[in-house]
Amino acid sequence: MERTDSDRSVVFEARGLTRVYHMGEVAIHALRGVDLDLYAGELVVMLGASGSGKSTLLNILGGLDAPTEGTIRYRGELLGDGGERELTRFRREHVGFVFQFYNMIPSLTALENVAVVTDIAREPMAPIEALRLVGLEDRADHFPSQLSGGEQQRVAIARAVAKRPAVLMCDEPTGALDSKTGIRVLEVIEQVNREIGTTTVVITHNAVIARMADRVVRLRDGLIDDIDRNVERAAPATLSW
Amino acid sequence: MLALDHKLLRDLSGMKGQVAAIAVVIAAGVMTLVIAVTSLDAISYGQRAFYRDHDFAEVFAQLKRAPEYLAGKIAAIDGVNRVHTRVVAPVRLEIAGFDDPVSGHLISIPDGEQPPINSLHLREGRLPESGRADSVAVSEPFAEAHGLRAGDRLRAIINGRLETLTVSGIVLSPEYIYQLGPADLIPDYERFGVLWMNRRALGRAFDMDGAFNSVVLTLQAHAEPEPVIAALDRLLADYGTLGAYARDEQVSHRILSQELDQLRVTSVILPAIFLGVSAFLLSVLMGRIVRNQRQQIAVLKAFGYSSAELIRHYAMLTAAIVLVGVVLGVVLGGWAADWVAALYMQYFRFPETRFEVRPQVIALGAAVSGAAAMLGTWRAVREAAVLAPAVAMRPPAPATFRRGLLDRSRLRRWLDQPTRIILRNLGRHRIKASLSVLGIALSVALLVVGGYQFNAIDQLIDTQYRKVLKMDAIVHFNDVAPERAAAELRHYPGVEHVEPFRSVPVRLVHGVHDYRTAIEGMDRRPVLRGLIDRSGVDQELPESGLVLTDYLAEHLDARPGDLIDVEIKTGHRRTVQVPLAGVVAEPLGVSAYMARPALNRLMREGPAASGFWLSLDRSAEVELFRELWDVPKVAGIGLIARAEDDIRGYIEDTMLGTMGVMLLLAVSIAFAVVYNSARIAFAERERELATLRVLGFGRGEVAWILVGELFVLTLLAIPLGWLLGTGLAWILTEAIEMDLFRIPFVISRQAYAMSAAGVLAAAVLSALLIAPRLARLDMVTALKSVE
Repeated sequence: MERTDSDRSVVFEARGLTRVYHMGEVAIHALRGVDLDLYAGELVVMLGASGSGKSTLLNILGGLDAPTEGTIRYRGELLGDGGERELTRFRREHVGFVFQFYNMIPSLTALENVAVVTDIAREPMAPIEALRLVGLEDRADHFPSQLSGGEQQRVAIARAVAKRPAVLMCDEPTGALDSKTGIRVLEVIEQVNREIGTTTVVITHNAVIARMADRVVRLRDGLIDDIDRNVERAAPATLSW
Repeated sequence: MLALDHKLLRDLSGMKGQVAAIAVVIAAGVMTLVIAVTSLDAISYGQRAFYRDHDFAEVFAQLKRAPEYLAGKIAAIDGVNRVHTRVVAPVRLEIAGFDDPVSGHLISIPDGEQPPINSLHLREGRLPESGRADSVAVSEPFAEAHGLRAGDRLRAIINGRLETLTVSGIVLSPEYIYQLGPADLIPDYERFGVLWMNRRALGRAFDMDGAFNSVVLTLQAHAEPEPVIAALDRLLADYGTLGAYARDEQVSHRILSQELDQLRVTSVILPAIFLGVSAFLLSVLMGRIVRNQRQQIAVLKAFGYSSAELIRHYAMLTAAIVLVGVVLGVVLGGWAADWVAALYMQYFRFPETRFEVRPQVIALGAAVSGAAAMLGTWRAVREAAVLAPAVAMRPPAPATFRRGLLDRSRLRRWLDQPTRIILRNLGRHRIKASLSVLGIALSVALLVVGGYQFNAIDQLIDTQYRKVLKMDAIVHFNDVAPERAAAELRHYPGVEHVEPFRSVPVRLVHGVHDYRTAIEGMDRRPVLRGLIDRSGVDQELPESGLVLTDYLAEHLDARPGDLIDVEIKTGHRRTVQVPLAGVVAEPLGVSAYMARPALNRLMREGPAASGFWLSLDRSAEVELFRELWDVPKVAGIGLIARAEDDIRGYIEDTMLGTMGVMLLLAVSIAFAVVYNSARIAFAERERELATLRVLGFGRGEVAWILVGELFVLTLLAIPLGWLLGTGLAWILTEAIEMDLFRIPFVISRQAYAMSAAGVLAAAVLSALLIAPRLARLDMVTALKSVE
C-alpha cells in the first residue's frame, strides 16, 4: 500500500529545535537545529548512535522536555506556550510513552499500572482491554517484579495506548530485551499502529528495526542526517538481529 | 479506587518498617504533649473542683487564743464573705503495731456538722456525731498508711491526757491536698496525720471553751485579700496572731500550685523539645523517602499527572503515616498520662479527677507533626516535580566531585577504597550529611535530657543529706527550750552528739518581693548542719547578718549587703532590718540562717532553742524514741534517714516517672532516626552498591560502605548531640526551679556515656536489620533499573 505525505495531515511540525543540557559541569548540545514533520498514522523509526540526540528529540516532541530554542506545532498549535501546565495536559491527553527500562510503578500490578493512565485520561480503553491488546490479560494481577522484561515492556505499551493517544513515543523499546522478546514487543507496537492508527515514533540504535518503518530518520550529532521512505514496511517477525 | 490510591497503600505496606519508625518519632512527640497537658489538666481540674465544691478558704490566720465574739467583728471586715473559727491543736498518736513516733493535727468541726469553710469530703463512714468527745474523722492518706477503717480505734495524747478515739470516717480536706507535717518537706503519711473532732470536745481538752485559735475566711467576689489581711491582723494583734495570710502562703496550696506551675512549664518545654525534634526529623525523613521515588514521580508526570496531583498523592502518603503516629501517640500518651497523674495522686489527694485528652491537644500534636511532615514532603515532591520529566527519569547527573582534602593528605594511603568512598561521599554531600548528623545529634540530645535528671537528682539528694543535713534526727519542742536542755538530751540512749537550733517564723521583705519562711539560728560552724556554697564547701555563719539559700535570695532580688526587712511572727512581734551577709547553695527547701546568738538577740531572749539536732547510734533508735516521746515538751521527732527516703521517693515518683517515659521516648526516637537514615541511605545507593558488587567487591566491603557511613555519621553526631543536650538540659533546669527543690545542673559522665551508647546501640541494631537486605542485593535488577 503506497501512500504519499500529502495524503496525510501533519501532526508535528518542528522547526529549528536546539537543546542544551548541563550535566554537572559539562554543557551538552543534544540538538543543534532540527526541522521535522510527522504525519498522522505513520510509523517513524529514528536511528542514531547514542548521543545523537534522538532521545532528546523524542522527549521534546512528547512534551517531556522543552527545547532551548525553536518551535513545535502540534496539529497547528504552538506547543509549550502555556508552560508546564499546558505540557502536562498535552501529555495527559495526546501522548503515550514507552521507555527503554519500562518504568513500571513497582508497587502496582500490571492492570493498575495501566489504570494509572486511564484514571486521568478522557476516553480511555478499559485497562484489561489494553492488556488484551498486548496479549497479557492473564497477567493482569502480577506485579512488575513477577513479569519478565518483555512482559513488562508489553504492559508499558498497553499503558501507553490505553488512553488512545494521538502519538506513541517509544524510546529504545527493545533496548533492554533479547532479540526474540524484542521482536514480540515490536509486533505489538506495529499492531497498535496498524489497528488504531496511532502515529508512532520508535527510536533505536538498531538499524534492523528501521525496516518496519514508513519513514526512517537518521540523526547524528544533534542534526538530522537524512530521511528515508521504505517502499514497503517489513513485518517485525521477519526481522532478526 | 484509583490506581494511585493502590500505589499509596502498597507503598505504605512496602515501607512498614520505615512507616513504623517514623510513626514512632511522631508518636513520641505527640505523647510528650499528651502526657504533659493531660496530667496537668487532671490535677488542676481536681484542684479547682475540690476548692469550689468544698469552699476552700481564701484567708487564714493562727493565733494564741481569742474569744469567740471576735468572729462577729471579723465577719464585719469589708470584703469578708464567711468566717469560720476553730481550734487547731497538736496531737501525738499511738497506733498498734507501729513503733515510730506519730504526730498529728486535731482540727475542730462544728459539732456533728460540716464546717462552712474547708468542708470535708467523706470517703468512708461519717463525721463525728454531735456530742461525742471520742470520735474523729481521719485524713485518707494517714488512714491508708495504717489501714484504718471507720470503727477502728487509736490512742491519742491530747494535751497530756491519753484518750482512746474511734474513727468515725475517712475524709479528704481541701486544706490538706498535700498533707505535710509542720517540720516536713515531704508528706510522711505514716508519721503525720490530720484528725477532725467536735469543737466542744476539742475546746474543752485545750481550754478553748468559747475561744478559738485559728480562723479561716472566704471573701466576697472581687474582694482583694490584702486589705482583709491587714484588717484581720489589726483585730487579732492582741491575741498572739502569727499573721494572717492568703492562699498563696498556705502550705498545701503553695506546693500544689508550684507543682502545677512546674508541670505547666514542662508541659510547654518538654513537648516543644520533643515535638520540635520529631518535626525536624520527620521533615528530613519524608523528604528523603519522596526523593527516593524521583523516578516514579517522573514517570507519572510523563503520563500527564500534574504537579498538584503528585503533591496530593504524596501528601496523602504522609498524612497516613502522620495519622498512624498521632493515633499511637494519643493512645499511649493518654495511657501514660493516666499513670503519671496517678503518681501525683499519691501526693496530692483529690476527691475526683477527670481524665480527658483534650481535642485541642490532639489537634495541636497532629498539626505540628503534620505540618512538619508535609513541609518535607512538599519540598521533595516539588523538587522532583519541577524537573522536566525527561531530566528526572535519567539517573541524576554524577555529583560534582573534586579532589578534596582527603586526596591530598597522606591519610589516603592508609584508607582502603570503600573507606575512601565513605569519606568522599560524606564530604561531597555536605548538606545531606549535615542533616543526618543533626538528626542523629538531636536524638542524642534527647537522650541526654532524658537521662541527666536521674544523676542530677541523686546528686541533689546526696548533697542535701551528706553535706547539709548531717544529723540523724531532729527533736522539736512545743515551746522555746533553754539551751542547756542539750545536756539532758545527751543522756538519752544512743545519743552521741547534740546541737541546739532556734527556729523563728518570719516574713522576709525586700522591695516588692516577700517570702514567708523561718530563720534557723545555729552555731556559727555547726557539726551536724552544713552550710555549703555552690562548690559544696562548708561555710561559716557570720557573727551577725542573714544568710539565705541562693534561690530565696534570687526570689527576693537581694544581694549581699542589701538590707532585708524581717517581720518576726512570734514572741515580740516587730519588724527589723537585717543585712544580707551571704548565700548558701542548698538544693532543697527555702530557708534563712543566722548565728544563734544573733537570732536570740533579735528575739530579745537568752540562749534559747526551738529544738535539737542529734547524731545517734542507730541501734538504740527505738528505745530513744520511746523515751523521748514521754517527754511532754517534745512536739515532734524527725528522722533524717526517713526524710531522705521520702523525698527520694517523691522525686523519683513524680519527676523520674515522667522523665523515665521521656527517656524511653528518646530511645525510640534515636532508634527510629538511625534506622530510617540507614534504610534511606540503602535505597538511595542500592544501585551504586550493586555496581560495586558487580565490579568484584565482596559483601563485607559493600556492607562497610553503608554501615561505615552510618557509624561515621553517628560518631560525628555524638559530640554535637552532647552539646545540644547540655543546652536543652540547662533550659529545663532553669525552668523547673521551685521552693521544694532545685535540680542541680550537673550532667554526669554516665549521662553522656549513656546517650552515646544509646545511639550507638541504635546504629548497631539498624545495621543488623539492614544486613539481610545487603546480602540480598540483586546485582542484575539493580543495574537494569534506571534508578
